[in-house]
Amino acid sequence: MNLIDDSRLADLSNDEISRYSRHLLLPEIGIDGQKRLRAARVLIVGTGGLGAPLALYLAAAGVGTLGVVDFDFVEASNLQRQIIHGTKDIDRPKTASARDRIRGLNPGVNVIAHNTRLTAENALDIMKDYDVVADGTDNYQTRYLVNDACVLLGIPNVYGSIYQFEGQASVFYAKEGPCYRCLYPSPPPPGLVPSCAEGGVVGVLPGIVGTIQACEVIKLIVGGGDGLIGRLLLFDAWRMKFRELRIEKDPLCPICGAEPSIRELIDYEQFCGISLPSDEAPIETITATELKKRIDCGDELQIIDIREPHERAIAKFPGAKPIPLGQMARRVDEFDPEIDAVFLCKIGQRSIFAIRALRDVGYKGRLLNLKDGVNAWARDVDSDLPQY
Amino acid sequence: MSVTIQIPTALRVFTDRRADVLVEGTTAGEAISAFADLYPDIRTHLYEDSGALRSFINVYLGDANIKNLSGLDTKLKDGDTLMLVPAIAGGAESSE
Ligand SMILES: [Zn+2]
Repeated sequence: MNLIDDSRLADLSNDEISRYSRHLLLPEIGIDGQKRLRAARVLIVGTGGLGAPLALYLAAAGVGTLGVVDFDFVEASNLQRQIIHGTKDIDRPKTASARDRIRGLNPGVNVIAHNTRLTAENALDIMKDYDVVADGTDNYQTRYLVNDACVLLGIPNVYGSIYQFEGQASVFYAKEGPCYRCLYPSPPPPGLVPSCAEGGVVGVLPGIVGTIQACEVIKLIVGGGDGLIGRLLLFDAWRMKFRELRIEKDPLCPICGAEPSIRELIDYEQFCGISLPSDEAPIETITATELKKRIDCGDELQIIDIREPHERAIAKFPGAKPIPLGQMARRVDEFDPEIDAVFLCKIGQRSIFAIRALRDVGYKGRLLNLKDGVNAWARDVDSDLPQY
Repeated sequence: MSVTIQIPTALRVFTDRRADVLVEGTTAGEAISAFADLYPDIRTHLYEDSGALRSFINVYLGDANIKNLSGLDTKLKDGDTLMLVPAIAGGAESSE
């Protein structure tokens, strides 16, 4: 397997030989591998927790062209783990901050900043010029988009994903093994598996998983080692355990199988259920200011905080009864169907599942979702409460 | 036959934060169903209306996906461990 065609290789300068001497001393990389790294074009999707170590290590390793895709701006809450950005970069576009840092680390790298959201409309155009794509995104839509575009373009997708203390890594390369859809044919319903913004993540975890991705990218380019094709690496940072699972190629996979039904990029918002016109009754919402009014009028309400105790401690909601999300169905008897119930979480996503859980067990009372959650209450009603 | 179900953090909100649960079952299907009986809040998240497992959760016995063994009919031995491996998406975290 040779990702980088020999015709693209050129001699290293003496400065490059000095800079990369620790690579050149490895027979597995050597002069030939370093030339391949310099000729290689790698696209990093997302310059967040995973993208940061990916970009830094690939730049240091001498990958000749690094593309970075992001549409986001640096925020203070990113800096706990997104080590490519600094305090002085807050409010700057992430691609600009990443580009500066990469250039500072290694001016020999040609950085291409794609300051845009990757979409079904632009993905093939952006990705077609790259040899390898490293996926460091944060949502299912983009993960399926990156997977499908890589399969259609015939390039490997170096995958990493994190949640709280757990990470996953693999290489999805349909020419030689399974793709992401072979492993997960469809995503979870929106909001069920919380994002890191809701569930939290230990800052070093993306450092470890993103570095594993960088290692896989380098091996693909120099063409050696045992890659993660057909293997899912699981990492648990809290228990400090690695595990390895087998992933088989699915002969019926809709995009990489023998008779694919997906031959071009699709509508990923719809595929992930985000814009799907659902047949379920709509979830009724209440805004923070409306809720404040009802409380001030003395309306009788059942206000339910579905967050876990450690999360409630960050920003307590006055007068709410705590019932963690995972206990709704079995505690349905604690509700009075005659009284409106209002559900709240951090941003108003997980609370929707609490409402669905009660509906599923046949609860007939009125159920309201606090729009944008406790953060909206902190923003619009009680500025003494922190937003987190 | 006692088997252990291993629950990833993403789903522990439904299991009172427990990481391992011991259940009885001679097949993967029986064991997972017994697990869902213990924690009814997780049932709708594990199963489609058709009774099939939802495709964002893989179940592994050792290093093999039960999809590639005999699915829910995969036979279990006493002391086996089934691991639930859901899709997680975190990585970059855009602003909400
Ligand atoms: Zn596939």
